Amino acid sequence: MNKGRFGRFGGQYVPETLMNALDELERAYNEAMADNSFMEELGYYLDKYVGRPTPLYFAKRLTEYLGGGRVYLKREDLNHTGAHKINNALGQGLLAKRMGKKRLTAETGAGQHGVAAATAAALLGMECDVFMGREDMERQALNVFRMELLGARVVPVTSGTATLKDATNEAIRDWVSNVEHTHYIIGSVVGPHPYPTMVRDFQRIIGDETRQQIIQAEERLPDHIIACVGGGSNSMGIFYPFVSDDAVKLYGVEAAGLGLDTDKHAATISKGNVGVLHGMMTYLLQDKYGQIQPVYSISAGLDYPGVGPEHAYLHDIGRVHYTSVTDNEAIEAFEMLSRLEGIIPALESAHAVAYAAKLIPQISKDDIIVINISGRGDKDVQSIAKLKGVNIDE
Amino acid sequence: MNRIDERFDELKRHGKKALIPFITAGDPDVEYTMNTVRALESAGADIIELGIPYSDPLADGPVIQASSQRALKGGMNLDIAFDMVQNLRINTSIPLVFLIYYNCIYQYGLEKFVEQCGKAGVDGAIVPDLPYEERQVLKPLLDDAPVYFISMVAPTSAQRIKEIASSAKGFLYCVSSLGVTGERQAFDSNIDAFMEKVNLYSAVPTALGFGISEPQHMRRLGHLADGLIVGSALVRRIEQKASDRDIYEFMRGLRLALDECMEQTMGNNS
Repeated sequence: MNKGRFGRFGGQYVPETLMNALDELERAYNEAMADNSFMEELGYYLDKYVGRPTPLYFAKRLTEYLGGGRVYLKREDLNHTGAHKINNALGQGLLAKRMGKKRLTAETGAGQHGVAAATAAALLGMECDVFMGREDMERQALNVFRMELLGARVVPVTSGTATLKDATNEAIRDWVSNVEHTHYIIGSVVGPHPYPTMVRDFQRIIGDETRQQIIQAEERLPDHIIACVGGGSNSMGIFYPFVSDDAVKLYGVEAAGLGLDTDKHAATISKGNVGVLHGMMTYLLQDKYGQIQPVYSISAGLDYPGVGPEHAYLHDIGRVHYTSVTDNEAIEAFEMLSRLEGIIPALESAHAVAYAAKLIPQISKDDIIVINISGRGDKDVQSIAKLKGVNIDE
Repeated sequence: MNRIDERFDELKRHGKKALIPFITAGDPDVEYTMNTVRALESAGADIIELGIPYSDPLADGPVIQASSQRALKGGMNLDIAFDMVQNLRINTSIPLVFLIYYNCIYQYGLEKFVEQCGKAGVDGAIVPDLPYEERQVLKPLLDDAPVYFISMVAPTSAQRIKEIASSAKGFLYCVSSLGVTGERQAFDSNIDAFMEKVNLYSAVPTALGFGISEPQHMRRLGHLADGLIVGSALVRRIEQKASDRDIYEFMRGLRLALDECMEQTMGNNS
């Protein structure tokens, strides 16, 4: 019987060379999770270094503006390095160290996961190589420099479409070559088993905290939780502790780019079909021969042709409602949250905010809504300025 | 009887090893590939691996990735590949094996894929991202066809070797070293111990691949397996638009080196 399935999704579709490494990783992970000293160490760093718990903030002006419900923001943007990615990078970094690995690798699109992995490597005194599409390196030059400051090497990827998908291929190829001393930190709930489960478990702290915080603030569970979905780690993290609470409605927001009726989007669940990529069976954007199609979103972090297998499953059983918003809707929400709350969200997170703005007019005024602000928007300021024709270069 | 078994039986009778070239189907176009297959066969290839181009070939290095891209750009797809094999079969009975990533099979439909393999005359399928644990969805269908599901073992397979090798069909694809496909200068000394273990358990002939690219590799590695696989070195020549003649010469050189190495081994044994 094959392992790591969420219904028909997941699995381990990788070259034979990696199978033993995946077994080893799974064993080491299970042992670590059952070991109090590992959990204490992780807890220590999350508390003292990352700055957890992150606040659950009642967004009064946004609530008033949208005219209903009670809107809370889960402030993952306040984590060290500016996004939820560090929760996972640190968890896997500590695990790799425990396994005696000397070198960390990571793939990155926007650069947030790359920065998180480089940060974990610096903190733990490990070597780090980050694979990044050449095109993304140009779009996110600031993050490239940031990773280099942290002591990591950024490896340009020119194969295929030279974006996140290809950076992931390259990171896997590197791992096949250096599996004995390298741990590959996948940045989302994707890849072969045990990655989707492991990354979810390192990210569920978002949902666990949210649950505690909302009960403290409102003495009940929220009615709606909204998060953006690229690969799906911030959404899986906040959803997971609520999956068995049927009254809590969960919404995953994909990137509709220029629109679902164009070929410029990254709405994998909305428009894709089932296939195998990066070691997992899941929904993919592909042609009828199984060739993976180029995807597009203004947000580099959502620009991925697949989605985590657990999301695919939660979609199939109807537990999570997957929807999408366009570039323009996301930009509008980006500006709205900045002006109303003084919080500049990542463009990824702005997708969740945009969907909240659509949802709130349709729900009861007493409903409680939680939006996961998965990251801060500093990294996007430059591209938004460019879009508005404002020159902010020196 | 499957053409792969027939070929290995024949080779064994003559005390020879199998030479197994890999090319990407449709790189740069179908006509070129068909001519190349003929050139390879006349130069002494025993089995030909045809790569079905894929957008995300995880197990392949830069040379075969680029080849895959060229073939896709040329409009290659699985339907055309089956037509091509059917055409090749008019004139040849050389064993033909597809190297194909699982998503291409999955989208095509498993049953339809197996049926088309049988109809066109494909003798086996190597699916590099369908390891032992996942193969059960496909292998029984192929077994009934009968088209061989060609299993792979790697130096990291460790205790998995026994399980995989003892249930292999056709031949066992042995990955020479860690990493992706691509030419290598030298091979790790552990390769001898690895192949010794594989040969101990294998139910079928073994073929060694990844990095093998020149006559001296034939001499160094020929005694370790029942066959040697040559991919990137050939594909690189195709990238440089090698003529049928160039392909023939290159393959002929490998064939002679491999035969020479066997004659010496047999000479030593007698």
